[in-house]
Amino acid sequence: MALTTPSDAGATAREVIAASLHRRDRDVRGIVLATLLLAATAATLVILVTLLTQVIGESAPYLADRGTEFLTTPIGSNPDQIGIWSGLYGSIGIGVIVIIVAIPMGIAAAIYLEEYADQGRRVTQLILVNIRNLAGVPAVIYGVLGFIIFVKWLDPITSGDTVIAAGLTMSVLVLPIVVITSMEAIRAVPQGLRDGGYGVGASRWEVVRDHVLPYAAPGILTGTVLSLARALGEAAPLIIVGAITGFLPETTLTEKFTAVPILIYRWSGQPQPPGSEFSFTAAAAGAGVVLLVLVLFFNASAIYLRNRFEKVRVGQ
Amino acid sequence: MLTISDLQGSRSQRRAELVSRRLFQGAAITTVVISLLILFVLFRGAINFLNLVEWDLGLLSDNGWFPRRERFDLRTIIAGSIVMGSVAMLVATPFGLGVAIYLSEYASPRVRRVIKPVVEVLAGIPSVIVGYFVLRFVAPEFVTPIFNPATQNNMLAAGIGIGVLVIPIMASVSEDALAAVPNSLREASYGIGARKFDTVVSVVLPAAVSGLVAAFIIAISRAIGETMVATMAGGFDGAGLFEGWAPTNRGLTMTAAMTNAVGGTDQDVGGPSFEVLYFVGGLLFALTLTLNVIGNRVVNRVREKY
Amino acid sequence: MSETTASGNIDVAMGRHIVSPDSETKETIRVSTTEMDTHPVFALEDVSVYYGAFRAVRDVTLPVRPREITAFIGPSGCGKTTVLRCLNRMNDFVTTARVEGTIRYHGVDMYDPAVNSTEVRRRIGMVFQKPNPFPKSIYDNVAYGPRLMGTKKKADLDEIVERSLRGAALWDEVKDRLKETGLGLSGGQQQRLCIARAVAVEPDVILMDEPCSALDPIATARIEDLMREIKDRYTIVIVTHNMQQAARVSDRTAFFTTEINPESDRRTGVLVEFNPTEKMFSNPDDERTEQYVTGRFG
Repeated sequence: MALTTPSDAGATAREVIAASLHRRDRDVRGIVLATLLLAATAATLVILVTLLTQVIGESAPYLADRGTEFLTTPIGSNPDQIGIWSGLYGSIGIGVIVIIVAIPMGIAAAIYLEEYADQGRRVTQLILVNIRNLAGVPAVIYGVLGFIIFVKWLDPITSGDTVIAAGLTMSVLVLPIVVITSMEAIRAVPQGLRDGGYGVGASRWEVVRDHVLPYAAPGILTGTVLSLARALGEAAPLIIVGAITGFLPETTLTEKFTAVPILIYRWSGQPQPPGSEFSFTAAAAGAGVVLLVLVLFFNASAIYLRNRFEKVRVGQ
Repeated sequence: MLTISDLQGSRSQRRAELVSRRLFQGAAITTVVISLLILFVLFRGAINFLNLVEWDLGLLSDNGWFPRRERFDLRTIIAGSIVMGSVAMLVATPFGLGVAIYLSEYASPRVRRVIKPVVEVLAGIPSVIVGYFVLRFVAPEFVTPIFNPATQNNMLAAGIGIGVLVIPIMASVSEDALAAVPNSLREASYGIGARKFDTVVSVVLPAAVSGLVAAFIIAISRAIGETMVATMAGGFDGAGLFEGWAPTNRGLTMTAAMTNAVGGTDQDVGGPSFEVLYFVGGLLFALTLTLNVIGNRVVNRVREKY
Repeated sequence: MSETTASGNIDVAMGRHIVSPDSETKETIRVSTTEMDTHPVFALEDVSVYYGAFRAVRDVTLPVRPREITAFIGPSGCGKTTVLRCLNRMNDFVTTARVEGTIRYHGVDMYDPAVNSTEVRRRIGMVFQKPNPFPKSIYDNVAYGPRLMGTKKKADLDEIVERSLRGAALWDEVKDRLKETGLGLSGGQQQRLCIARAVAVEPDVILMDEPCSALDPIATARIEDLMREIKDRYTIVIVTHNMQQAARVSDRTAFFTTEINPESDRRTGVLVEFNPTEKMFSNPDDERTEQYVTGRFG
């Protein structure tokens, strides 16, 4: 090791460099930007919290008073005595029909597009583009479609503006979402898994059934849950299909129907009748809480499922 | 030596293959059928409506959208959609884009893990509930005190509500666009000693700009297609006179006009006040489809670039 | 089978494959007629494989004889894997792939439209470069194929599973944990599991696409031993980028190389020489083969 005494010039140079490395730049613009972004994010959180507080707050006294009766009583004209049962019946019916109709059809279409179809051909690309466009069509348009096809044309099957027609309409609405999320789940299946199946002489259907679908199941399930949440929360298509907002004599599958979002819509604007303790808006808030619980539960489950299965996959 | 028949496989297996293939194909084709049906229903209904009003929409002479009095001033509803959509984007863009940039460029993984689910929860909130929120909070407690509008329900309040609804989609598509920017670009910028502000503003954002534009377009489409908030809080009850472009006025959107065409006890199926549903629906469909196609095209081009 | 010969004449007499370079081009291969008459498992004739308009490999003519190990060697991009995957129609899944020429399997044109590719793959199994056991138990991995083919009874399946795992030299290591997931095994064990899985359906041929390239040398040696053991029951075709492996394990070797296509400036694979392994590595006919096996290129 050379033992040379650093010259004065060298020492000064080192000091200058050390000083510049330690200098803390007053990066004003950077701080401002970071603060703005943080503020935007925080504000978004605040908006969410405010919304939830508003709904829960306004519903609390009402729900405390009504209790579980709120869920089992049909609709009526006095806020103190109404419930959302009529709407629950319709919403549950719609949910069941979506599960029976839209989910299998969506998964089947996704299987075709990912496993069977020739991705290079124009026709396949057209189908894919079409599905993406369908996903962006406003919900109210699906209502128009459902009104003509399910309420009018298929009247013999659906008996007109009924829960069945509503369920079918919502099935068409969520179908593109089911297809797209299922396709993503299927695409994530490693090719080696399919190769292994083909390599022992399995047919295409056998490979799909025994290897692709089981592996993609969590992702498909996530998509299913998300589309169910969507189907339960939409009101606009139901208005067009003919959901009742007034008096509903009975809840059946083959008569007029309503759903929880429709009740919220109607009660939000309805004036409080004289003499009643609670207002319709309180009832609307109550219905809103029920709907939020349902929808948020589904969304949260989907997120949880997706995260959990992502970890399992990556861990493998 | 073998013959061809040895390599043909069993008949039942071949049949199972064919049946399963046809089933799946049928499901895929159904999506095309749905599109065709939408086009058919809207087109036929629109033509029917135009025939009913003898193709005289009264665009230039009429004032106001009063379907039951057969006054169909398209200007009213289109202006309503435009104003509310603009207000919505004014709200959604800073918040949505801000969240996206923050999550993509600034937030630590732990923060991301908390905030992302929150945004997804916001995405799941049904529009009726946002409509209720506008009616009971945004309009009375926020818009009215600050802007002092003529009526409590107006395009500004409704537009804010729609904006809140659209924030998540703006955030998520923007975030995808930012994530698509390769890290090598960021590293190159830091590598020459640039600070975070410069990297984000001068390198990342310009690289992601087409994806961000796509997010914007897709969000606009969503805002224009929104029905419930516009119907509940727009200020008009299904019919009205155009009051002017200021957002503090009341407004009627295309979507609200559609729900009004159907609702009410004086439903006149077959008559122009009902059949206008298809005409407006056709306009709405054409508008949102155009926006979506443009937006998707841009998204695809971004994907190909990287 | 691996006799050293002083001259090509004895090769002819023994019915072995001869390479007689075309006097003009030195690139095509002629096969002696005695070879084709003794019923090769595969007979490839003037085979070219295209991906779209791009010709990936051209003019492949060679027989694959039964109960032998045939190796395809050559530098990357020479088409050896492409040709291998044509032998069990795995290339069907690449939509732009197209085969010209004839590939006969026991005399049948494999690409005849009437041929069912699933049936083909039941007779011609494949083991892949990266071990890909199913995310199922060891038992279910091996039993999967037989179950597809209709075997249902537990006793039958048990017997097949044991037989196949023994045949893959894996039984002793896993016999006490058949219900555990196949993914819990080491790389070499996973690959032997994949071989057991392939063997369980009792195929005629086993194709192996660089089966050891993802494994360490010890695991590789075990699989090479295994190949020699099972050779008398199955015809094996193996693609390998490891020349020494080909020399150790195979009976016959096909050497492919790439040449620049003057029209498109892309490289097309071509079969250079096909001979008994011993000859390929000691006294090859073609100069390019000699350069490759002595390490002067590739």
